[in-house]
Amino acid sequence: MSIPQCLVHEHKDNVGVVVVEGLKAGTDMLCVVTADNSSFHLTAKSDVPIGHKVALADLKAGDTAVKYGEDIGRFVADVEKGGHVHVQNLKTKRW
Amino acid sequence: MALNGNQKIMAYRRENGRVGVRNHVIVLPVDDISNAACEGVANNIKGTMALPHAYGRLQFGEDLDLHFRTMIGTGSNPNVAACIVIGIEPGWTNRIVEGIAKTGKPVAGFSIEQNGDLKTIMDASRKAKEFVHWATELQREECDISELWVSTKCGESDTTTGLGSCPTVGNMYDKLIPEGIYGCFGETSEITGAEHICKARAASPEVGERWYRMWKAYQDDVIEAHKVDDLSESQPTKGNIEGGLTTIEEKALGNLEKIGRECRYIDILEPAEAPKSGPGLYFMDSSSAAAECVTLMAAGGYVIHTFPTGQGNVIGNPIVPVIKITANPRTVRTMSEHVDLDVSGILRREMTIDQAGDALIDMVARTANGRNTAAEALGHREFVMTKLYRSA
Repeated sequence: MSIPQCLVHEHKDNVGVVVVEGLKAGTDMLCVVTADNSSFHLTAKSDVPIGHKVALADLKAGDTAVKYGEDIGRFVADVEKGGHVHVQNLKTKRW
Repeated sequence: MALNGNQKIMAYRRENGRVGVRNHVIVLPVDDISNAACEGVANNIKGTMALPHAYGRLQFGEDLDLHFRTMIGTGSNPNVAACIVIGIEPGWTNRIVEGIAKTGKPVAGFSIEQNGDLKTIMDASRKAKEFVHWATELQREECDISELWVSTKCGESDTTTGLGSCPTVGNMYDKLIPEGIYGCFGETSEITGAEHICKARAASPEVGERWYRMWKAYQDDVIEAHKVDDLSESQPTKGNIEGGLTTIEEKALGNLEKIGRECRYIDILEPAEAPKSGPGLYFMDSSSAAAECVTLMAAGGYVIHTFPTGQGNVIGNPIVPVIKITANPRTVRTMSEHVDLDVSGILRREMTIDQAGDALIDMVARTANGRNTAAEALGHREFVMTKLYRSA
Protein backbone atom coordinates (compact mmCIF):
# COMPACT_ATOMS: atom_id res chain seq x y z
CA MET A 1 0.00 0.00 0.00
CA SER A 2 1.21 3.54 -0.73
CA ILE A 3 1.98 5.72 2.27
CA PRO A 4 -1.22 7.57 3.25
CA GLN A 5 -1.28 11.29 3.96
CA CYS A 6 -4.37 11.03 6.17
CA LEU A 7 -5.65 8.44 8.66
CA VAL A 8 -9.26 8.07 9.84
CA HIS A 9 -10.10 5.90 12.87
CA GLU A 10 -13.68 4.81 12.09
CA HIS A 11 -16.11 5.02 9.17
CA LYS A 12 -18.47 7.13 11.32
CA ASP A 13 -15.80 9.82 11.73
CA ASN A 14 -16.21 13.18 9.99
CA VAL A 15 -12.60 14.27 10.64
CA GLY A 16 -9.29 12.63 9.74
CA VAL A 17 -5.66 13.20 10.80
CA VAL A 18 -2.84 14.38 8.51
CA VAL A 19 0.12 12.07 9.23
CA VAL A 20 2.84 13.52 6.98
CA GLU A 21 4.93 16.66 7.36
CA GLY A 22 4.57 19.67 5.08
CA LEU A 23 1.19 18.84 3.50
CA LYS A 24 0.26 21.53 0.96
CA ALA A 25 -3.14 22.84 -0.10
CA GLY A 26 -4.38 21.04 -3.19
CA THR A 27 -2.72 17.72 -2.35
CA ASP A 28 -4.77 14.71 -3.41
CA MET A 29 -4.54 12.76 -0.12
CA LEU A 30 -4.73 8.99 0.18
CA CYS A 31 -6.90 8.50 3.30
CA VAL A 32 -6.93 5.14 5.13
CA VAL A 33 -9.58 4.08 7.65
CA THR A 34 -7.57 2.22 10.29
CA ALA A 35 -10.57 0.15 11.45
CA ASP A 36 -10.49 -1.95 8.26
CA ASN A 37 -7.68 -0.52 6.09
CA SER A 38 -10.17 0.69 3.45
CA SER A 39 -9.16 3.86 1.62
CA PHE A 40 -10.46 6.88 -0.26
CA HIS A 41 -9.09 10.13 -1.70
CA LEU A 42 -9.63 13.68 -0.48
CA THR A 43 -8.18 17.00 -1.63
CA ALA A 44 -6.65 19.18 1.11
CA LYS A 45 -8.04 22.74 0.98
CA SER A 46 -5.19 24.33 2.96
CA ASP A 47 -1.66 23.64 4.20
CA VAL A 48 -2.12 21.35 7.22
CA PRO A 49 0.62 20.56 9.78
CA ILE A 50 1.31 16.94 10.72
CA GLY A 51 -1.13 15.73 13.37
CA HIS A 52 -3.80 18.28 12.57
CA LYS A 53 -7.26 17.33 11.37
CA VAL A 54 -9.17 17.82 8.12
CA ALA A 55 -12.93 17.72 7.55
CA LEU A 56 -14.14 14.68 5.61
CA ALA A 57 -17.39 16.45 4.59
CA ASP A 58 -18.80 19.98 4.44
CA LEU A 59 -19.58 20.72 8.11
CA LYS A 60 -21.62 23.52 9.68
CA ALA A 61 -21.35 25.45 12.95
CA GLY A 62 -23.34 23.47 15.52
CA ASP A 63 -22.49 20.07 14.02
CA THR A 64 -20.85 17.47 16.24
CA ALA A 65 -17.31 16.38 15.37
CA VAL A 66 -16.89 12.60 15.36
CA LYS A 67 -13.54 10.82 15.78
CA TYR A 68 -12.91 7.27 17.13
CA GLY A 69 -16.64 6.96 16.31
CA GLU A 70 -17.29 9.25 19.31
CA ASP A 71 -18.34 12.85 19.99
CA ILE A 72 -15.21 15.03 20.35
CA GLY A 73 -16.89 18.46 20.40
CA ARG A 74 -18.99 20.99 18.53
CA PHE A 75 -18.09 22.98 15.42
CA VAL A 76 -18.25 26.72 16.12
CA ALA A 77 -17.65 27.75 12.49
CA ASP A 78 -18.37 26.20 9.10
CA VAL A 79 -15.60 24.16 7.50
CA GLU A 80 -15.54 22.80 3.98
CA LYS A 81 -14.62 19.25 2.98
CA GLY A 82 -10.80 18.98 3.05
CA GLY A 83 -10.49 22.09 5.26
CA HIS A 84 -8.32 22.40 8.39
CA VAL A 85 -10.18 21.53 11.62
CA HIS A 86 -8.77 22.88 14.87
CA VAL A 87 -9.36 25.41 17.67
CA GLN A 88 -10.56 28.03 15.15
CA ASN A 89 -13.67 25.99 14.28
CA LEU A 90 -14.03 23.20 16.88
CA LYS A 91 -14.63 23.45 20.63
CA THR A 92 -15.15 21.05 23.53
CA LYS A 93 -18.63 20.53 24.96
CA ARG A 94 -17.09 20.02 28.43
CA TRP A 95 -15.46 23.27 29.47
CA MET B 1 5.52 -13.40 17.61
CA ALA B 2 3.79 -15.79 20.00
CA LEU B 3 2.56 -14.64 23.39
CA ASN B 4 5.64 -14.40 25.51
CA GLY B 5 4.59 -14.25 29.15
CA ASN B 6 6.92 -17.11 29.96
CA GLN B 7 9.80 -15.11 28.54
CA LYS B 8 12.60 -14.89 31.06
CA ILE B 9 14.20 -11.68 32.28
CA MET B 10 17.23 -11.16 34.50
CA ALA B 11 16.20 -9.09 37.50
CA TYR B 12 16.67 -8.61 41.24
CA ARG B 13 14.57 -10.77 43.56
CA ARG B 14 13.93 -8.71 46.70
CA GLU B 15 13.47 -9.87 50.28
CA ASN B 16 9.66 -9.73 49.98
CA GLY B 17 9.61 -11.76 46.75
CA ARG B 18 8.96 -8.79 44.44
CA VAL B 19 11.05 -8.37 41.27
CA GLY B 20 13.08 -5.20 40.70
CA VAL B 21 14.84 -4.18 37.48
CA ARG B 22 17.21 -1.59 38.96
CA ASN B 23 19.44 -1.74 42.02
CA HIS B 24 19.43 1.77 43.43
CA VAL B 25 20.71 2.86 46.84
CA ILE B 26 18.66 5.99 47.48
CA VAL B 27 18.94 8.82 49.99
CA LEU B 28 15.41 9.97 50.73
CA PRO B 29 14.61 13.30 52.41
CA VAL B 30 11.59 13.27 54.70
CA ASP B 31 11.15 17.00 54.06
CA ASP B 32 12.36 19.88 51.91
CA ILE B 33 14.89 21.14 54.46
CA SER B 34 16.68 17.77 54.51
CA ASN B 35 17.44 17.89 50.79
CA ALA B 36 20.88 19.44 51.36
CA ALA B 37 21.98 16.70 53.75
CA CYS B 38 20.75 14.00 51.36
CA GLU B 39 22.61 15.60 48.48
CA GLY B 40 25.70 15.77 50.71
CA VAL B 41 25.54 12.01 51.29
CA ALA B 42 25.00 11.31 47.58
CA ASN B 43 28.00 13.52 46.80
CA ASN B 44 30.19 11.60 49.26
CA ILE B 45 29.18 8.07 48.37
CA LYS B 46 29.28 7.12 44.71
CA GLY B 47 26.53 4.76 43.66
CA THR B 48 23.89 6.48 45.78
CA MET B 49 21.23 8.88 44.58
CA ALA B 50 19.45 11.64 46.50
CA LEU B 51 15.76 12.27 45.75
CA PRO B 52 15.19 15.93 46.66
CA HIS B 53 11.61 17.21 46.69
CA ALA B 54 9.64 20.25 47.80
CA TYR B 55 7.42 19.12 50.69
CA GLY B 56 7.04 17.30 54.00
CA ARG B 57 6.54 20.09 56.53
CA LEU B 58 3.28 21.01 58.30
CA GLN B 59 1.17 18.78 56.13
CA PHE B 60 -1.86 17.22 57.78
CA GLY B 61 -4.79 14.88 57.22
CA GLU B 62 -5.20 13.17 53.86
CA ASP B 63 -2.37 15.25 52.39
CA LEU B 64 0.06 14.04 55.07
CA ASP B 65 -1.11 10.44 54.58
CA LEU B 66 -0.30 10.79 50.88
CA HIS B 67 3.14 12.22 51.73
CA PHE B 68 3.99 9.22 53.92
CA ARG B 69 2.52 6.78 51.38
CA THR B 70 4.67 8.30 48.64
CA MET B 71 7.85 8.30 50.76
CA ILE B 72 7.37 4.76 52.07
CA GLY B 73 6.25 3.49 48.66
CA THR B 74 9.30 4.99 46.96
CA GLY B 75 11.69 3.41 49.46
CA SER B 76 9.81 0.11 49.23
CA ASN B 77 9.89 -0.05 45.41
CA PRO B 78 11.73 -3.23 44.30
CA ASN B 79 14.02 -1.12 42.09
CA VAL B 80 15.52 0.19 45.36
CA ALA B 81 18.04 -2.18 46.97
CA ALA B 82 18.58 -0.14 50.14
CA CYS B 83 17.53 3.23 51.48
CA ILE B 84 18.87 6.01 53.70
CA VAL B 85 16.17 8.31 55.14
CA ILE B 86 17.06 11.77 56.48
CA GLY B 87 14.60 14.15 58.18
CA ILE B 88 14.83 17.23 60.33
CA GLU B 89 13.55 15.35 63.39
CA PRO B 90 13.37 11.64 64.35
CA GLY B 91 9.58 11.16 64.66
CA TRP B 92 8.46 11.31 61.06
CA THR B 93 11.86 9.98 59.94
CA ASN B 94 11.35 6.77 61.93
CA ARG B 95 7.79 6.41 60.69
CA ILE B 96 9.12 6.27 57.13
CA VAL B 97 12.02 3.96 58.06
CA GLU B 98 9.62 1.54 59.76
CA GLY B 99 7.32 1.56 56.72
CA ILE B 100 10.14 0.73 54.33
CA ALA B 101 11.61 -1.88 56.73
CA LYS B 102 8.46 -3.99 56.29
CA THR B 103 9.83 -5.02 52.88
CA GLY B 104 12.85 -6.58 54.62
CA LYS B 105 15.34 -4.41 52.72
CA PRO B 106 18.17 -2.52 54.47
CA VAL B 107 17.01 0.94 55.57
CA ALA B 108 18.43 3.41 58.10
CA GLY B 109 17.17 6.77 59.34
CA PHE B 110 19.07 9.88 60.44
CA SER B 111 17.76 13.17 61.81
CA ILE B 112 19.37 16.58 61.79
CA GLU B 113 18.22 18.34 64.98
CA GLN B 114 20.86 18.11 67.77
CA ASN B 115 23.36 16.84 65.15
CA GLY B 116 23.53 19.46 62.43
CA ASP B 117 23.95 18.79 58.73
CA LEU B 118 27.66 17.87 58.94
CA LYS B 119 27.43 15.12 61.57
CA THR B 120 24.24 13.80 59.95
CA ILE B 121 25.95 13.65 56.56
CA MET B 122 28.97 11.88 58.08
CA ASP B 123 26.90 9.26 59.93
CA ALA B 124 24.56 8.69 57.00
CA SER B 125 27.48 8.51 54.55
CA ARG B 126 29.12 5.69 56.54
CA LYS B 127 25.87 3.70 56.46
CA ALA B 128 25.28 4.54 52.78
CA LYS B 129 28.76 3.21 51.95
CA GLU B 130 27.92 -0.09 53.68
CA PHE B 131 24.70 -0.28 51.68
CA VAL B 132 26.54 0.35 48.39
CA HIS B 133 29.04 -2.45 49.08
CA TRP B 134 26.17 -4.79 49.91
CA ALA B 135 23.93 -3.80 46.99
CA THR B 136 26.67 -3.98 44.38
CA GLU B 137 27.26 -7.64 45.20
CA LEU B 138 23.62 -8.56 44.53
CA GLN B 139 23.20 -10.57 41.31
CA ARG B 140 20.41 -10.51 38.78
CA GLU B 141 18.58 -13.83 38.58
CA GLU B 142 16.15 -15.40 36.15
CA CYS B 143 12.56 -14.23 36.64
CA ASP B 144 9.43 -14.44 34.48
CA ILE B 145 8.37 -11.35 32.54
CA SER B 146 4.93 -11.97 34.06
CA GLU B 147 6.33 -10.96 37.46
CA LEU B 148 6.79 -7.36 36.31
CA TRP B 149 4.59 -4.48 37.41
CA VAL B 150 4.30 -2.15 34.40
CA SER B 151 2.52 1.23 34.59
CA THR B 152 1.58 3.67 31.82
CA LYS B 153 0.83 7.33 31.34
CA CYS B 154 1.13 9.39 28.16
CA GLY B 155 2.43 12.93 27.79
CA GLU B 156 2.66 15.78 25.31
CA SER B 157 0.10 13.78 23.43
CA ASP B 158 -1.06 14.59 19.93
CA THR B 159 -3.24 12.87 17.38
CA THR B 160 -0.46 10.37 16.63
CA THR B 161 -0.57 9.01 20.18
CA GLY B 162 -4.18 7.89 19.71
CA LEU B 163 -3.28 6.39 16.32
CA GLY B 164 0.00 4.72 17.24
CA SER B 165 1.85 4.88 20.54
CA CYS B 166 -1.14 4.49 22.90
CA PRO B 167 -2.60 1.49 21.03
CA THR B 168 0.93 0.00 21.15
CA VAL B 169 0.81 0.09 24.97
CA GLY B 170 -2.76 -1.25 24.84
CA ASN B 171 -1.61 -4.17 22.72
CA MET B 172 1.18 -4.90 25.22
CA TYR B 173 -1.36 -4.97 28.08
CA ASP B 174 -3.75 -7.16 26.08
CA LYS B 175 -0.90 -9.67 25.77
CA LEU B 176 0.81 -9.37 29.17
CA ILE B 177 -2.09 -8.83 31.60
CA PRO B 178 -3.47 -12.34 30.89
CA GLU B 179 0.04 -13.64 31.67
CA GLY B 180 -0.15 -12.25 35.18
CA ILE B 181 1.55 -8.85 35.22
CA TYR B 182 0.25 -5.92 37.25
CA GLY B 183 -0.71 -2.93 35.06
CA CYS B 184 -1.69 0.61 35.99
CA PHE B 185 -3.18 3.62 34.22
CA GLY B 186 -4.51 6.86 35.68
CA GLU B 187 -4.72 10.59 34.80
CA THR B 188 -8.12 11.30 36.32
CA SER B 189 -8.77 14.69 34.66
CA GLU B 190 -7.67 13.41 31.29
CA ILE B 191 -10.42 10.79 31.08
CA THR B 192 -12.93 13.65 30.83
CA GLY B 193 -14.82 13.21 27.58
CA ALA B 194 -14.41 9.44 27.61
CA GLU B 195 -15.64 8.73 31.15
CA HIS B 196 -18.56 6.65 29.83
CA ILE B 197 -16.07 4.40 28.02
CA CYS B 198 -13.68 4.17 30.97
CA LYS B 199 -16.52 3.32 33.36
CA ALA B 200 -17.61 0.51 31.03
CA ARG B 201 -14.08 -0.97 30.97
CA ALA B 202 -14.23 -1.94 34.67
CA ALA B 203 -14.16 -5.64 35.50
CA SER B 204 -17.55 -5.31 37.23
CA PRO B 205 -20.33 -2.70 37.47
CA GLU B 206 -19.40 -2.16 41.13
CA VAL B 207 -15.80 -1.24 40.22
CA GLY B 208 -17.10 0.97 37.38
CA GLU B 209 -19.38 2.83 39.81
CA ARG B 210 -16.50 3.38 42.23
CA TRP B 211 -14.36 4.64 39.35
CA TYR B 212 -17.11 7.06 38.26
CA ARG B 213 -17.57 8.44 41.80
CA MET B 214 -13.79 9.03 42.06
CA TRP B 215 -13.74 10.81 38.67
CA LYS B 216 -16.84 12.90 39.50
CA ALA B 217 -15.42 13.92 42.90
CA TYR B 218 -12.32 15.26 41.14
CA GLN B 219 -14.47 17.18 38.66
CA ASP B 220 -16.61 18.73 41.40
CA ASP B 221 -14.04 19.28 44.17
CA VAL B 222 -11.03 20.38 42.09
CA ILE B 223 -11.95 21.47 38.57
CA GLU B 224 -15.26 23.19 39.33
CA ALA B 225 -13.99 24.61 42.63
CA HIS B 226 -10.80 26.15 41.24
CA LYS B 227 -11.19 26.84 37.53
CA VAL B 228 -10.95 30.47 36.43
CA ASP B 229 -11.33 29.87 32.69
CA ASP B 230 -12.62 27.09 30.49
CA LEU B 231 -9.38 25.02 30.83
CA SER B 232 -9.00 25.05 27.05
CA GLU B 233 -5.26 25.72 27.34
CA SER B 234 -4.62 23.34 30.26
CA GLN B 235 -6.58 20.35 29.00
CA PRO B 236 -5.55 20.03 26.20
CA THR B 237 -2.14 21.64 26.88
CA LYS B 238 -0.50 24.11 24.53
CA GLY B 239 1.74 21.27 23.34
CA ASN B 240 -1.27 19.06 22.66
CA ILE B 241 -2.86 21.85 20.60
CA GLU B 242 0.35 22.39 18.63
CA GLY B 243 0.20 18.66 17.88
CA GLY B 244 -3.33 18.89 16.52
CA LEU B 245 -5.47 17.86 19.51
CA THR B 246 -8.39 20.27 19.77
CA THR B 247 -10.60 19.14 22.66
CA ILE B 248 -10.40 17.21 25.94
CA GLU B 249 -12.81 14.62 24.50
CA GLU B 250 -10.41 13.93 21.62
CA LYS B 251 -7.45 13.75 24.00
CA ALA B 252 -9.29 11.42 26.40
CA LEU B 253 -10.27 8.98 23.65
CA GLY B 254 -6.66 8.76 22.49
CA ASN B 255 -5.44 8.37 26.07
CA LEU B 256 -7.75 5.39 26.69
CA GLU B 257 -6.21 3.53 23.75
CA LYS B 258 -3.48 2.62 26.29
CA ILE B 259 -5.68 -0.03 27.90
CA GLY B 260 -6.12 -1.98 24.70
CA ARG B 261 -9.17 -3.86 23.53
CA GLU B 262 -9.52 -6.67 26.07
CA CYS B 263 -8.23 -5.44 29.44
CA ARG B 264 -10.64 -4.69 32.27
CA TYR B 265 -9.43 -2.80 35.33
CA ILE B 266 -10.04 -4.72 38.53
CA ASP B 267 -9.66 -2.03 41.20
CA ILE B 268 -9.19 1.69 41.89
CA LEU B 269 -6.06 2.87 43.72
CA GLU B 270 -5.61 6.00 45.80
CA PRO B 271 -2.61 8.08 44.72
CA ALA B 272 0.60 6.11 45.53
CA GLU B 273 -1.40 3.17 46.87
CA ALA B 274 -0.03 -0.34 46.25
CA PRO B 275 -2.46 -2.73 44.56
CA LYS B 276 -3.96 -5.41 46.80
CA SER B 277 -6.31 -7.36 44.54
CA GLY B 278 -3.77 -9.55 42.76
CA PRO B 279 -2.46 -9.44 39.17
CA GLY B 280 -4.38 -7.35 36.64
CA LEU B 281 -4.96 -3.79 35.50
CA TYR B 282 -5.56 -0.99 38.03
CA PHE B 283 -6.65 2.65 37.75
CA MET B 284 -4.76 5.04 40.03
CA ASP B 285 -6.42 8.36 40.90
CA SER B 286 -3.66 10.71 39.76
CA SER B 287 -2.75 13.97 38.12
CA SER B 288 -2.22 14.04 34.36
CA ALA B 289 1.04 15.95 34.88
CA ALA B 290 3.75 13.48 33.90
CA ALA B 291 6.22 13.73 36.78
CA GLU B 292 3.51 13.72 39.46
CA CYS B 293 1.78 10.73 37.90
CA VAL B 294 4.91 8.60 37.36
CA THR B 295 6.15 9.40 40.89
CA LEU B 296 2.82 8.16 42.31
CA MET B 297 2.84 4.97 40.24
CA ALA B 298 6.46 4.26 41.24
CA ALA B 299 5.43 4.69 44.88
CA GLY B 300 2.61 2.21 44.23
CA GLY B 301 5.30 -0.39 43.45
CA TYR B 302 5.47 -0.34 39.63
CA VAL B 303 8.99 -1.06 38.34
CA ILE B 304 8.78 -0.13 34.63
CA HIS B 305 6.82 2.72 33.08
CA THR B 306 5.68 2.81 29.44
CA PHE B 307 5.22 6.38 28.21
CA PRO B 308 3.65 7.13 24.84
CA THR B 309 4.36 10.64 23.59
CA GLY B 310 3.50 12.57 20.47
CA GLN B 311 5.18 15.97 20.65
CA GLY B 312 8.02 14.66 22.83
CA ASN B 313 7.65 14.75 26.61
CA VAL B 314 11.18 14.22 28.02
CA ILE B 315 10.25 13.01 31.54
CA GLY B 316 12.12 10.37 33.53
CA ASN B 317 12.01 9.10 37.10
CA PRO B 318 14.87 8.50 39.55
CA ILE B 319 14.02 4.88 40.38
CA VAL B 320 11.80 3.62 37.54
CA PRO B 321 12.94 3.35 33.91
CA VAL B 322 10.51 5.30 31.70
CA ILE B 323 10.25 3.84 28.17
CA LYS B 324 9.31 6.48 25.57
CA ILE B 325 7.26 5.37 22.60
CA THR B 326 6.31 7.68 19.75
CA ALA B 327 4.53 7.33 16.43
CA ASN B 328 5.18 10.93 15.37
CA PRO B 329 7.84 10.97 12.60
CA ARG B 330 8.65 14.64 13.28
CA THR B 331 9.43 13.83 16.92
CA VAL B 332 11.56 10.86 15.81
CA ARG B 333 13.40 13.23 13.46
CA THR B 334 13.88 16.16 15.83
CA MET B 335 14.10 14.47 19.28
CA SER B 336 15.52 11.02 18.61
CA GLU B 337 17.64 11.03 21.77
CA HIS B 338 14.42 10.83 23.82
CA VAL B 339 12.81 7.96 21.90
CA ASP B 340 13.21 4.33 23.03
CA LEU B 341 10.71 2.83 20.58
CA ASP B 342 9.83 4.35 17.20
CA VAL B 343 6.41 3.12 16.03
CA SER B 344 5.93 5.77 13.32
CA GLY B 345 5.67 2.87 10.86
CA ILE B 346 2.07 2.52 12.09
CA LEU B 347 1.21 5.86 10.45
CA ARG B 348 2.83 4.76 7.17
CA ARG B 349 0.90 1.45 7.39
CA GLU B 350 4.24 -0.36 7.37
CA MET B 351 3.77 -1.70 10.92
CA THR B 352 0.65 -3.16 12.53
CA ILE B 353 -0.44 -2.44 16.11
CA ASP B 354 0.19 -6.13 16.83
CA GLN B 355 3.80 -5.84 15.62
CA ALA B 356 4.27 -2.62 17.59
CA GLY B 357 2.94 -4.32 20.75
CA ASP B 358 5.45 -7.15 20.30
CA ALA B 359 8.25 -4.61 19.81
CA LEU B 360 7.23 -2.90 23.06
CA ILE B 361 7.18 -6.20 24.97
CA ASP B 362 10.69 -6.81 23.67
CA MET B 363 11.76 -3.32 24.81
CA VAL B 364 10.17 -3.91 28.24
CA ALA B 365 12.18 -7.15 28.56
CA ARG B 366 15.41 -5.47 27.44
CA THR B 367 14.81 -2.61 29.87
CA ALA B 368 14.12 -5.10 32.66
CA ASN B 369 17.40 -6.86 31.80
CA GLY B 370 19.25 -3.60 32.32
CA ARG B 371 19.14 -1.53 29.11
CA ASN B 372 19.14 2.10 30.19
CA THR B 373 16.24 4.09 28.78
CA ALA B 374 16.72 7.37 26.95
CA ALA B 375 15.52 9.23 30.06
CA GLU B 376 18.02 7.36 32.27
CA ALA B 377 20.89 8.06 29.88
CA LEU B 378 19.95 11.75 29.73
CA GLY B 379 19.72 12.02 33.51
CA HIS B 380 16.00 12.71 33.83
CA ARG B 381 15.12 12.09 37.47
CA GLU B 382 11.90 14.02 37.99
CA PHE B 383 10.61 13.20 41.47
CA VAL B 384 7.49 15.25 42.17
CA MET B 385 5.25 14.83 45.18
CA THR B 386 1.51 15.33 44.74
CA LYS B 387 0.16 17.93 47.19
CA LEU B 388 -3.58 17.87 47.91
CA TYR B 389 -3.90 21.25 49.64
CA ARG B 390 -1.98 24.06 51.39
CA SER B 391 0.03 23.09 54.47
CA ALA B 392 -0.90 24.26 57.97
